[in-house]
Amino acid sequence: MTKEVKTLDEVTIRFAGDSGDGMQLTGTQFTNTVAALGNDLSTLPDYPAEIRAPAGTTYGVSGFQIKFGSTDILTPGDTCDVLVAMNPAALATNRKLLRDGGTIIVNEDAFTEKNLRMAGLATNPLEDGSLAKYQVHRIGISKLTTNALADMNLSTRFVDKTKNFFALGLMYWMYNRPLDQSIRFIEEKFGAKDPQVAEANLRVLRAGFNYGDTTEMFTTRFDVRPAKLPPGKYRNVMGNVATALGLVAAARKSGLQLFLGSYPITPASDILHELSKLKEFGVKTFQAEDEIAAICAAIGASYAGALAATTTSGPGLALKTEALGLAIMLELPLVVVDVQRGGPSTGLPTKTEQADLLQAVCGRNGEAPLAVIAASSPGDCFTTVYEAARIAIRFMTPVICLTDGYLGNGAEPWRIPDVNDLPPIPVTFAKDPATFQPYARDPVTLARPWAIPGTPGLEHRIGGLEKQDVTGNINYEPDNHDLMIRLRSAKIGRIADDIPEQTVDGPPSGDLLLVGWGSTFGSIKSAVTGLRESGKNVSYVHLRYLNPFPRNLGKILSAFRTVVVPEINSGQLLRLLRSTYQVNAVGFNVVRGLPLRSEEIENFVEKLMGGNHG
Amino acid sequence: MAETAQAQGAKLTIKDFQSDQDVRWCPGCGDYSILAQIQRVFPEFTHKKENYVAISGIGCSSRFPYYMNVFGLHSIHGRAPAIAAGVKMVNPALDVWVATGDGDGLSIGGNHMIHMLRRNLNIKVILFNNQIYGLTKGQYSPTSVLGQVTKSTPAGVIDFPFIPVSLALGAQATFVARAMDRDPKQLQEVVRRAEEHHGAAFVEIYQNCNVFNDGAFFLFTEKETRDDHVVYLEHGKPLIFGKKKEKGIRLDGFTPEVVSIADGQYGAADLLVHDEKDSTLAFILANMIHDPELPRPMGIFLALDHPTYEEQMADQIARARSRKGEGDLQKLLNGEETWVIS
Repeated sequence: MTKEVKTLDEVTIRFAGDSGDGMQLTGTQFTNTVAALGNDLSTLPDYPAEIRAPAGTTYGVSGFQIKFGSTDILTPGDTCDVLVAMNPAALATNRKLLRDGGTIIVNEDAFTEKNLRMAGLATNPLEDGSLAKYQVHRIGISKLTTNALADMNLSTRFVDKTKNFFALGLMYWMYNRPLDQSIRFIEEKFGAKDPQVAEANLRVLRAGFNYGDTTEMFTTRFDVRPAKLPPGKYRNVMGNVATALGLVAAARKSGLQLFLGSYPITPASDILHELSKLKEFGVKTFQAEDEIAAICAAIGASYAGALAATTTSGPGLALKTEALGLAIMLELPLVVVDVQRGGPSTGLPTKTEQADLLQAVCGRNGEAPLAVIAASSPGDCFTTVYEAARIAIRFMTPVICLTDGYLGNGAEPWRIPDVNDLPPIPVTFAKDPATFQPYARDPVTLARPWAIPGTPGLEHRIGGLEKQDVTGNINYEPDNHDLMIRLRSAKIGRIADDIPEQTVDGPPSGDLLLVGWGSTFGSIKSAVTGLRESGKNVSYVHLRYLNPFPRNLGKILSAFRTVVVPEINSGQLLRLLRSTYQVNAVGFNVVRGLPLRSEEIENFVEKLMGGNHG
Repeated sequence: MAETAQAQGAKLTIKDFQSDQDVRWCPGCGDYSILAQIQRVFPEFTHKKENYVAISGIGCSSRFPYYMNVFGLHSIHGRAPAIAAGVKMVNPALDVWVATGDGDGLSIGGNHMIHMLRRNLNIKVILFNNQIYGLTKGQYSPTSVLGQVTKSTPAGVIDFPFIPVSLALGAQATFVARAMDRDPKQLQEVVRRAEEHHGAAFVEIYQNCNVFNDGAFFLFTEKETRDDHVVYLEHGKPLIFGKKKEKGIRLDGFTPEVVSIADGQYGAADLLVHDEKDSTLAFILANMIHDPELPRPMGIFLALDHPTYEEQMADQIARARSRKGEGDLQKLLNGEETWVIS
């Protein structure tokens, strides 16, 4: 039986099931296969903070959304085209994300009375007509999985755990993707250790694929052609991995030892995991007793001459605040990565948010300026953290690099940089006792010398107390304090002379400018594309540098009648822009723990422009 | 290993370790003696001068780095052990010393202290214990005694104090010692032994704060009472004390008791013999503080030789390099699966 193959430009699939159902693994596998075929893609893992919430509950539902296509894919999709729901709770919680007319694939075996009750459903949605506007495929995934493994004498519990590979195999069939990447994965992961487990997973994966091929249920398969990405060598990369790679690259290019002090925190821990594997690069990772020790050890490491970093999320950054002040006072290079999550307090540990911007820029006692930069996509985490290291070393300052849960856990195809093309990161250690002054300053950058222990004749004392200009001796004189505050601030200000001017996507002046930063890049860019398609003339600025701002930003802002600032917070960049440039900007703020929806940004801007320009 | 000072051509002297900063402790403070003993002992050590690093937190004791002419970092309250850990991990050739106090090291920085000790980084901690907060002008500390009246406890302290030595032992420190500001010779010896120790060393020093807690340790430090209230620990030797060395410590089960060795009932052979390698014994000695009849042990409670954290860290890196070769950055960036778009 030959089935029709339809070509699509882009598709969004959402896998949803219990947090023990392996949905993140399923999604990651699908992602890796799609990436290797040259599609552009964007992913959104969406999982609960509970490790294994009780099975069947709505709060235990774990989701993974992937949008892939032959076009430029900027977001994981506002809505999905296909929802794979492994149980009633997954269907109940994710249905609202499915577009009208979308496809639902359900494991109908899981629609038992008990599971329906656990999901808070009074009636069975498969039978009560509530899914009428969707194409529903009811498949007995549990039974089919059991049948595929019938002769292997495996426990029911184990069999149940493999059913996600059935769904994966079926999706591979539907979207005309080959199985070989996942087969290789299963063989490498289980093959040597436990051939029986490998065999079971392979069988179920193939069973899912073959089911699509043989059942009458599906008449059509879909194909998505490779995307027209810029030429180069690509890989799939998650933001947290890219961050780890960027730090290693910066250490290599600067010739410094890489030291990471970190304390486990969601969603930043993967950076620690990645770096702890890279011992052959001489990377030293230190899992400290707490967030404070993590940054303090990094400060010690920097004092001793390493490229030092600490990685955390919002609550951890709050704990590091005092030590950041010390790093500012000591004027030592330090990279602080904040993988932002929903706040305040413990907030939404596994969800994304951009609400640490003001904490990063302003959140310390005293006048304590430091540099703040932000990544705009998973792959951009590499470039941004590399740039953070460059600035930290050049200006002898802590730099906070903001990413977030969406970037950290999200993935995209990444054009792999050639190591030889990475910008140089020159390092100079002070050596000469005759001329050495701990707080003498470079005339261009205002950076003080980096004088590390072990250098003969440079024995000196530094600390958190205010110090005298040039000598660094303790000093409480009023005018000296005022001078030092100005110097520390001027040094950060000079970074603006060292970074590129801000570019504008679209005309350099006009009616409306959107200004974004961080992980909202994809959502805003999609909205901008949509607005232009509907005839609106809008421009777009996406900021990497948040403190200091690029030197031409004020000029850009003043060339537009209206400035709109979409953010996943209550208007933090908005405040900074208003206070820095006295610009009457408008915020678009939705704080749901999820990426912004392009459509909502578009609607907001259209409404704003509608009256005058409709 | 570091080259000797002699190899540099000139022997270091006490002057080499004195900085040009005015010492700003109160006149009569016990800190002066501690600083002087350390400056006296350091020239005996074998490191190059530029390889000494002194790190401190906040408090009177934490001013210490300013007065030592070595690389010094006066950091923030309680964090010195964590900062020192970073320094030591990055450059194990440095001889890293942490100066701290009972508030800095056991209260606000207690967590960092215990974890630094258990990891056995080769870092030397000297904890100035004066049982009071000096720099903030007289509040009680985690080692203040029950009932102690201070600015923040006008009706007396009601929380049970830490015994710094017990805390360090509980944290699995491999070197634990106690000394006193007013006993320079013994203090010097303990500092020497701390330097020689391979691993984290914890030295508690009884230090008199003559402004806010004058005389807290006079029972142990003053001529009139010292001999009857202090017993010096010496490895392999019985615990004997008293003006005429007429008393000893005997173990009754796990409980130490004072016995006379002058009246013929007991001899030196009946006494507890100190063993620096015995961690159970170290706890028994540390707990002697609870019985006012017992003398206060001074000296080295425990000295064990365990691998250090930084050695093991370097070891893991060396093993990874010998197994996989020096890391190839381009290969790392490429990852496992790549594709080319032309």
